[in-house]
Amino acid sequence: MLAYLIRRLIAAAVMLVVIIVVVFGIFFLIPKWAGIDPAANFVGKQADPAAIEAVRQKLGLAEPIHSQVWEFFKGIFAGRTYVGGGDVTNCAAPCFGYSFRTEQEIFPVLMDRFPVTLALALGAALLWLLLGVSAGVLSALKRGSIWDRGAMVIALGGVSLPIYFTGMVAAAIFIYGLGWIDGQFVPLEESFTGWLGGLILPWITLAFLYAAMYARITRATMLEVLGEDYIRTARAKGLAEKTVIGKHAMRSAMTPVLTMLGMDIGALIGGAILTETTFNLPGLGQAVLQAIRTQDLPVILGVVLITSIAVIVANLVVDVLYSAIDPRVRLA
Amino acid sequence: MTDISKNAGSTNAPGTAVGEPVLGRPAGGGEAFLDVRDLKVHFPTDDGLVKSVDGLSFQLERGKTLGIVGESGSGKSVTSLGIMGLHTAGQYGKRKARISGEIWLNGTELLSADPDHVRKLRGRDMAMIFQDPLSALHPYYTIGQQIVEAYRIHHDVDKKTAKRRAVEMLDRVGIPQPDKRVDSYPHEFSGGMRQRAMIAMSLVNNPELLIADEPTTALDVTVQAQILDLIRDLQKEFGSAVIVITHDLGVVAELADDILVMYGGRCVERGPAEKVFYEPRHPYTWGLLGSMPRLDREQQERLVPVKGSPPSLINLPSGCAFNPRCPYADIPKDDVTRTVRPELTEVGSRHWAACHMSQEQRERIWTEEIAPKL
Amino acid sequence: MTTHTTGRRKRALAAAAVVAALLSTAACGGGSDSTDKAGGTAKAAGFDAANNKVAQAELVAKGGELKFAGAQDADSWDTTRGYYGFMWNFARYYSRTLVTNTPAPGAEGAGITPDLATAAAEISDDGKTYKYTLRDGVTWEDGKPITSKDIKYGIERIWAQDVLSGGPVYLKDVLDPKGEYEGPYKDKDPEKLGLKAIETPDDKTIIFKLPEANSDFEEMLAMVSASPVRADKDTKAQYQLHPFSSGPYKFESYEPGKKLVLVRNDKWSQESDPVRKAYPDKVSVTFFSDANDMDQRLINGDYHLDVNQTGMSPQGRQTALQEHKGNLDNPVSGYIRYAVFPQSVAPFDDEHCRKAVIYGADHESLQTARGGPIAGGDIGTNMLPPSVPGAEGQKYDPFELAGANKKGNAEKAKEELEACGKPDGFKTRIAVRNNKPVEVATAESLQASLKKVGIEAEIDQYDGSQTSSIIGSPENVKKKGYGIIIMGWGPDFPSVQGYGLPLWHSDYILESGNNNYALIEDKEVDGLFDDYVKELDDAKKAEISTQINHKVMEGGYYLPFVFEKFINWRSPELANVYTSDGYSGMYDFVNLGLKK
Repeated sequence: MLAYLIRRLIAAAVMLVVIIVVVFGIFFLIPKWAGIDPAANFVGKQADPAAIEAVRQKLGLAEPIHSQVWEFFKGIFAGRTYVGGGDVTNCAAPCFGYSFRTEQEIFPVLMDRFPVTLALALGAALLWLLLGVSAGVLSALKRGSIWDRGAMVIALGGVSLPIYFTGMVAAAIFIYGLGWIDGQFVPLEESFTGWLGGLILPWITLAFLYAAMYARITRATMLEVLGEDYIRTARAKGLAEKTVIGKHAMRSAMTPVLTMLGMDIGALIGGAILTETTFNLPGLGQAVLQAIRTQDLPVILGVVLITSIAVIVANLVVDVLYSAIDPRVRLA
Repeated sequence: MTDISKNAGSTNAPGTAVGEPVLGRPAGGGEAFLDVRDLKVHFPTDDGLVKSVDGLSFQLERGKTLGIVGESGSGKSVTSLGIMGLHTAGQYGKRKARISGEIWLNGTELLSADPDHVRKLRGRDMAMIFQDPLSALHPYYTIGQQIVEAYRIHHDVDKKTAKRRAVEMLDRVGIPQPDKRVDSYPHEFSGGMRQRAMIAMSLVNNPELLIADEPTTALDVTVQAQILDLIRDLQKEFGSAVIVITHDLGVVAELADDILVMYGGRCVERGPAEKVFYEPRHPYTWGLLGSMPRLDREQQERLVPVKGSPPSLINLPSGCAFNPRCPYADIPKDDVTRTVRPELTEVGSRHWAACHMSQEQRERIWTEEIAPKL
Repeated sequence: MTTHTTGRRKRALAAAAVVAALLSTAACGGGSDSTDKAGGTAKAAGFDAANNKVAQAELVAKGGELKFAGAQDADSWDTTRGYYGFMWNFARYYSRTLVTNTPAPGAEGAGITPDLATAAAEISDDGKTYKYTLRDGVTWEDGKPITSKDIKYGIERIWAQDVLSGGPVYLKDVLDPKGEYEGPYKDKDPEKLGLKAIETPDDKTIIFKLPEANSDFEEMLAMVSASPVRADKDTKAQYQLHPFSSGPYKFESYEPGKKLVLVRNDKWSQESDPVRKAYPDKVSVTFFSDANDMDQRLINGDYHLDVNQTGMSPQGRQTALQEHKGNLDNPVSGYIRYAVFPQSVAPFDDEHCRKAVIYGADHESLQTARGGPIAGGDIGTNMLPPSVPGAEGQKYDPFELAGANKKGNAEKAKEELEACGKPDGFKTRIAVRNNKPVEVATAESLQASLKKVGIEAEIDQYDGSQTSSIIGSPENVKKKGYGIIIMGWGPDFPSVQGYGLPLWHSDYILESGNNNYALIEDKEVDGLFDDYVKELDDAKKAEISTQINHKVMEGGYYLPFVFEKFINWRSPELANVYTSDGYSGMYDFVNLGLKK
């Protein structure tokens, strides 16, 4: 088990390094090839060539790409100092870069926004797991019934409707129509009920989308598992049906669901842009959207990195859980 | 005994109707330890009704072994699952199996009994060994966990006691270092070990009826013999009634007291093992004997399979279900093999077969044409 | 299987219909709700009630929290670095300047009035020396007095473009055209006050000595980039996170892209400030990532107004126009939306080919593409925004774009094509930003009407965030063959210099970050600008402005679409609301109050 864990950790670390290099390539090489000068975006309407040059220096754009990557790596562990024009800017370790747009270190900004996205993703995941898995199991057990067909039609709807549409409908009904909730995000430290009120609609909207997918996959795997020989064995032992389903079948049926869950939570942390935009949640997705609008490359880079880490960690957790569930994996 | 009118209309359990001194008792209601009467298991499908088992009757006493033999799709596994009540348990959706007839186990009729009561009998009074122990064991639980679970369903003991019992059982079925292996996962066992573990699990509650469904099919030849020996030894020790289901007559040759040959969901021949082996009275049984592997023959000679493929269980051939594959189908007159379904008739002491040919014709063909080739 | 799919589709359609119905009722419900909510204490002032006039002045009360919402944060809250119009407007909450825009509605708001200074400048006869005296009692948020040195230091920061990039550099160009000063961060002077053009003989006096006269100099001093900054509080690049206040409010908290909160600066005194009324106790700006969401919140009554002041999103606008017209104003923004023809791309080097496009275009459909007469604006007929002195609005319409040729004049276009030697038309490319759907729509409209006169225009949507390097590079424009560029421009300050200098003066043709897209190199135009900056008389200045406008129009470099207007939300709870030409038709933020 420990050897397995260490192997996974090393693989994850290698993955991360590869991602950093690739991301750097995307952000710094491609604009270069396209003849776009990122520094030009940092100066005003009447661009002063000297100012552009100074910005370029401060951003480190004049440096060759490999030394930029190296500086970035070093910054993560040892911090970094940016020198340009008459100003020196310090960025404490772990330095994930510095935004010359908002004049902030990226890491604290990410750490400020990360909990929001995490809460969004985890809360929604909890909800959709409950909804999706129970609907999927019920559908499988009542295959062909009105319940099964109805649930699958709703699931189809959930899968096909885009989040900004369901989000808008939900907001129109519960915030502006019925006025049940205020729907504006409040940090957890300020008020728990306010926090809940701000997240409940995003949770429900996201959960609706994902629960649909989970219901479908749960139903499919459940049906498959119920046909397995060991389920028959379990019944032949004289186990009550609820134990057969709840213990033996569920444990097997949950493996693909768990894999999906890990990837979805990872992806959500990286890509909750639509949800965060629709509901104005100050999470990573919103930060990256603002950064894209203002061409704030270091922020985009930072968010991509933090979300890559999140995806990798999520997958690592899934791997570990998977190996806890399925003893066969430990050998692989 | 070729007169077809003799048993015409008595589709009801010829075995019980005729009466059998050892295997069964006179009609009346489950005096035998296991008494199966006119069991029918039908599955509705899109293409029609699949009649997997269509009127099967037999009896079995404690301490005795019955071998049920037939090709795949002959209904032998469906029969065993029917006895265990596994067609109704876990049937979800609309398409449930339709089961009729009577199954008496130790004086209780199972098909009409409360499903929860039947559930409590499963694993305790009747247990089952499956064909492929790898797929039949849950891959995510250790062998020990699975045996402990099987034990604790029917015994109110703590986990420690149950685990001791599991180790004891593993030891009994011949697994080395059982106290260590008890914590292994199925995939960490070899095929033979897995089947031993499976047997240990089925016997953990001392069941009175043990059904072994193709217990050796998935195993190597050498391991097969070991497992068969084990089943035989255990049966002697525990005194259970055993049903061994197989497509291979060889498996039951040394194990079974009685043999029941199934074809197309029905019994075509039944009788004491030595009778079925040495005086078989059904062309299908001949075919099975011909395809039986024999250690004293060369490879190419010994396998003479039954020509043709198993019948469709939705549209069984009219008349004798075996007629399309039977080399002797034209011997009886008036095309009777293709129009009238033959009933089981007594062909010897406790020996029945369902064939339109006369006793003499069959005796002659067996002794002159078949037996010398075997 | 077929019945299944149709059944499913039917169900999906039914579901969609139900949802649509829910949406519309919920939207209506939301609307009436907010009216009720607001209507209890506040009544809508009426459509256009605050456009160029003061609405509900008598209802204003001190106190409360004025809540702004915004879809975009400022480029920078550092007074030296901000260039967004709304930032200049908002900065008056926490920053004072020697002079500032007059706190009055409409055209009067474009005037200049003393702020930190006791009076308007004493200007020398040659127009090269400006002298101001500071008021008594003007203080920083820590109570220390604001001195002339603080003002000088604040202005000097403009020279530190390498650290403090992004803001307007007019003062730098005017005070130090040769670029001799290196900025305060490289200044050898112990007090970092090495800029020669500004003298501070004492703490109350400040004298500007211009190498060349510039008649708009006071306009430049009225920009927030002329704000005082205290050297000991200057955190350089990070100053934008917490500018040190000289105004009635100071930064309480600021999280970029999330929220900005200003609270009263208790060291500020009303007596020292003739401009700011400072009604609310607190001013907050909450940023949204989705403009629709924000508009919905405004309509719902959760916020008072949009800090960006660039008009509502199409969806919110529609709801608001139908149900809350009384809460809207429809001011002219000061922006002109237009197409411009780079002369480097043939055949636009020929004035007749340019004019063929001007005549060939259907101006009414261009206006519709911009949003129609209310949300888009009046048909633009020339290149000087109506709020700029010397502008004539639709009265000057040399190509009769809003008159006879409203729907395009194919005949005239053909004549012009013949005159430029392309009787059968020609092929060209239209460059348009891909992140502005309205601009893409106008490009499509233009493409359609040009096709009728034989001009085949291919539309090229480029990355809008890279405008300055794609369109701002004349070399690239020529290489890509962009004969028509869709753009828009607004004045930095309301004068022909503040609007047109970078667009039309030959000195402003730059290799990168160019804005003189037409590549106008007209000695007459250059000369008129030179005359303008030397002319101190307002009436004569206006006259020159008119002439410059005429010259540019006669050259046929531009096809104006609209004199832009937009629709802004005004909460019924707002009092003392008015739009100001000084801030391009935005509400004058600093004097907004809430009702009793």
